[in-house]
Amino acid sequence: MKLNELTLKESIDALDKKEITLEEIYRDLDQAYQQKNKDLNIYLSIDPQALDKAQKNKNKPLRGLPIAVKDNFCTKDLPTTASAKVLDGFLPQYESTVTKRLKENGGVIYGKTNMDAWAHGSSTETSDYGRTLNPRNPKHLPGGSSGGSAAAIAGDLAISAIGSETAGSIRQPAAWCGAVGLKPTYGRVSRFGVVAMASSTDSPGPIAKTVEDACILLNTFAGPDEKDGTSNKEKSPDFTSFLNQSIKGMKIGVIYQDVKEIADTNEKLLKELNILKELGAQIEIVQAMDPHHAIGVYTVVQRAEVSSNLARYDGIRYGHDRSNFGDEGKRRIMLGTFTLTKGYADRYYNLAQKVRTLYLNDYKKLFAKYDVLVSPTSPSFAKEVGASFSSPMFGELEDMLLEASSITGLPGINVPFYRDEKTNLYLGANFIAPMWREDLVIKVADAFEKNTKWNSWRSR
Amino acid sequence: MPYKLVCGLEVHAELKTKSKMFCSCKNDPFGAKEPNIYTCPVCLGMPGALPVANRQAIEWTIKLGLALNCKINLFSKFDRKNYFYPDLPKGYQISQYDIPFCYDGYIDTTEGRVRIHRIHLEEDTAKLSHQEIDLDGDGKLDKATLIDFNRSSVPLVEIVTEPDIISATQAKEYGQKLRQIMRHLEIANCDMEKGGMRLEANISLRKEGHQELPAYKVECKNINSFKFLESAIHYEIARQTEILQNGGTPVQETRGYNPNTGKTFSQRTKEDAADYRYFPDPDLPPIEFTTEEIEAIRATLPELPDAKAIRFTKDYNINEKLAQELTLNKQKSEFFEQVLEVAKKESLDCQKLVNSLVNKKIEFNFEESANELIEKFKASSTSETIDQTELQSIIKKVLENNQDAVAKYKAGKTAVIGFLIGQIMQKIGKKADVNQVRETLKTFLT
Repeated sequence: MKLNELTLKESIDALDKKEITLEEIYRDLDQAYQQKNKDLNIYLSIDPQALDKAQKNKNKPLRGLPIAVKDNFCTKDLPTTASAKVLDGFLPQYESTVTKRLKENGGVIYGKTNMDAWAHGSSTETSDYGRTLNPRNPKHLPGGSSGGSAAAIAGDLAISAIGSETAGSIRQPAAWCGAVGLKPTYGRVSRFGVVAMASSTDSPGPIAKTVEDACILLNTFAGPDEKDGTSNKEKSPDFTSFLNQSIKGMKIGVIYQDVKEIADTNEKLLKELNILKELGAQIEIVQAMDPHHAIGVYTVVQRAEVSSNLARYDGIRYGHDRSNFGDEGKRRIMLGTFTLTKGYADRYYNLAQKVRTLYLNDYKKLFAKYDVLVSPTSPSFAKEVGASFSSPMFGELEDMLLEASSITGLPGINVPFYRDEKTNLYLGANFIAPMWREDLVIKVADAFEKNTKWNSWRSR
Repeated sequence: MPYKLVCGLEVHAELKTKSKMFCSCKNDPFGAKEPNIYTCPVCLGMPGALPVANRQAIEWTIKLGLALNCKINLFSKFDRKNYFYPDLPKGYQISQYDIPFCYDGYIDTTEGRVRIHRIHLEEDTAKLSHQEIDLDGDGKLDKATLIDFNRSSVPLVEIVTEPDIISATQAKEYGQKLRQIMRHLEIANCDMEKGGMRLEANISLRKEGHQELPAYKVECKNINSFKFLESAIHYEIARQTEILQNGGTPVQETRGYNPNTGKTFSQRTKEDAADYRYFPDPDLPPIEFTTEEIEAIRATLPELPDAKAIRFTKDYNINEKLAQELTLNKQKSEFFEQVLEVAKKESLDCQKLVNSLVNKKIEFNFEESANELIEKFKASSTSETIDQTELQSIIKKVLENNQDAVAKYKAGKTAVIGFLIGQIMQKIGKKADVNQVRETLKTFLT
């Protein structure tokens, strides 16, 4: 076995037992990078000094292990473009809180990963630097917008990875790539230094090989940050303490959206959830608010915030003028500008905020009865290359099962629950809980993962 | 005159907090030795940088509101005002839209009450300076605009009145009172020349006796002194009167003021008025206060100039005009009050004392102690001449006993002369002519 295929936990343990060395891990990883990156287009930039940095960090919690970081996190020593030509060659003067903490804990940024430009999309096909392909099956897309980070995990081009989610951008690519993606509660992880997409829902989080890895990684960067006014003031728990817990007696509601495109995925998930029943949890099918309204809310709020957040790239300071914006960016800026225009704000932006409150109330009712809710992460398997150009609303439709929980700030996690033999593509389940209750999703996701055969690293 | 002025003022003032509004950079745009030294990713609007609100600035805004008799919104928020300009690095200004911190206040002037519509808090922009410099090294000057971000994101309060102002003099009095109050609260320096306080006037006219607001208003910008404010209003009254008398209606527009000509000039008409697409800033959580917290801020309010003046008239039996003069400035008013306290204890005539201070019948400076000043006053009120030889011998003795003070005087601290005069007066034991004492003393000291 190649050492780049190890999980984060396995790597730490093997290093501690001196069974392997950092050199060996980086050697195998560099080799895999040489073999695969050109075709898959996962990394936009890599750090040639990664191994040197690793050696200096071997006694810290992450032991100097190589981590892939989405290209929208500002990093002092690597260019940061958010896959947008407007920021081509931009080298930030400062470090994002997440990567700063990652480094302080001994994580080494192996490289910066491709994404949909400005995180606008669910395919990584809208990157100004070309699409990323799904390592599980290169005829298919990795999802997005954190497609590069999810693909780095699926292709074993990193030990662990960091992504960011606004509505699905961690969980959906994790689902399509057969990886674990944890979107923390909004405010759990600092947004400082993350190129802003939709400020009111942006949430950085781990994309990893196992639930355990996701918890180890999240531990290093979650928690209060005085540089982010929306970050939670309370200290974060030790997320690994929720692993290996009994889920006996827990109530789990299955959100069964009766939509034609999801029917097949729903059936497969229901079957697999028997695992949780066998572990003593109660499983019930529940009705939740129609997800289509969430698409509307998300689209309006996100476009409005995007139009304002991207205003700073006015051509004066970053060396590339506004003609460098791609079609998707321009579409979103125009739509957002329109919905905030005087006379229309009440019909769109303000109305969207009211519907957002309806979703909050809907979840409140559901969580009064259930500890955790579960549904498929994405309606289907990873779509084929080129699919994102079929519809300007491609991402919103792919993320329809995630948007309601994103606009309400809930924590959620994707865990693979099925693999198609023929295509080698995965389906993922999305577990969500009330705000600040990562403990509940981790407990259930961990128990589920350890008892399903579909995690490619656990089932080795 | 058949037409009457209808005028409202919008005043911007930079708060003098230690750090900027949304980052920890030093807030000192006027003291900075070089451009762009007080900057960081936040006030430069770099990708991914986030604002964090300055609590002090928020509390000072509320303090100002309380001083101006405003109601306070217990729930408030910051909004984004979206527009493009090179001095605005984020492409939007963080301001407040529909829920300002303070509303419904007033300032009383001699020509009536001016109601305050709202007070909100926002960030200042960077400063542009249009210059001619040789950019490409060809020896010829090129037109260039330089940007100094030292001012970017400095806390800025905006105080907006109702259209209650009826004359140019009232506009000036309102502005001066507002500045005086902000200085008393020690929240802003209001240096108008440097741009620490900026004035905008909304000016229109209506027929005498009419109550409804005119259908138009003209906004005059770039006014950086009270004199210019008066002059701009006078100019607009004349300009608009002429248009109205000829049967027209002045165009609704924004006009600049040119201090060199004393005239206003058209800058922008309503047709290209901007739509700022305000929406709540998702980077900043809403701000909530409890009634108790507001009352705690109210408790920190110092005595304000008007109240102090009224109290001076009562406590020290001096007339209102003099009381107003004594309270113009916080530090000076505190000095005068110390003097008046002593005078009152000694049952002296405060009105007369103040008169002689204001009219400079008694020479004094603000470093002197109240007792010294009172001695001078006593001496000046009855001036008996004293035998010059006797005076000289007293002075000699006093100087021998106070060699420290003499040394200080010779080292340049001339204020100690007041102390020495006091000592001499005491020795004389009767009321003497202070000028005689001073002149004689000076011959010893030089």
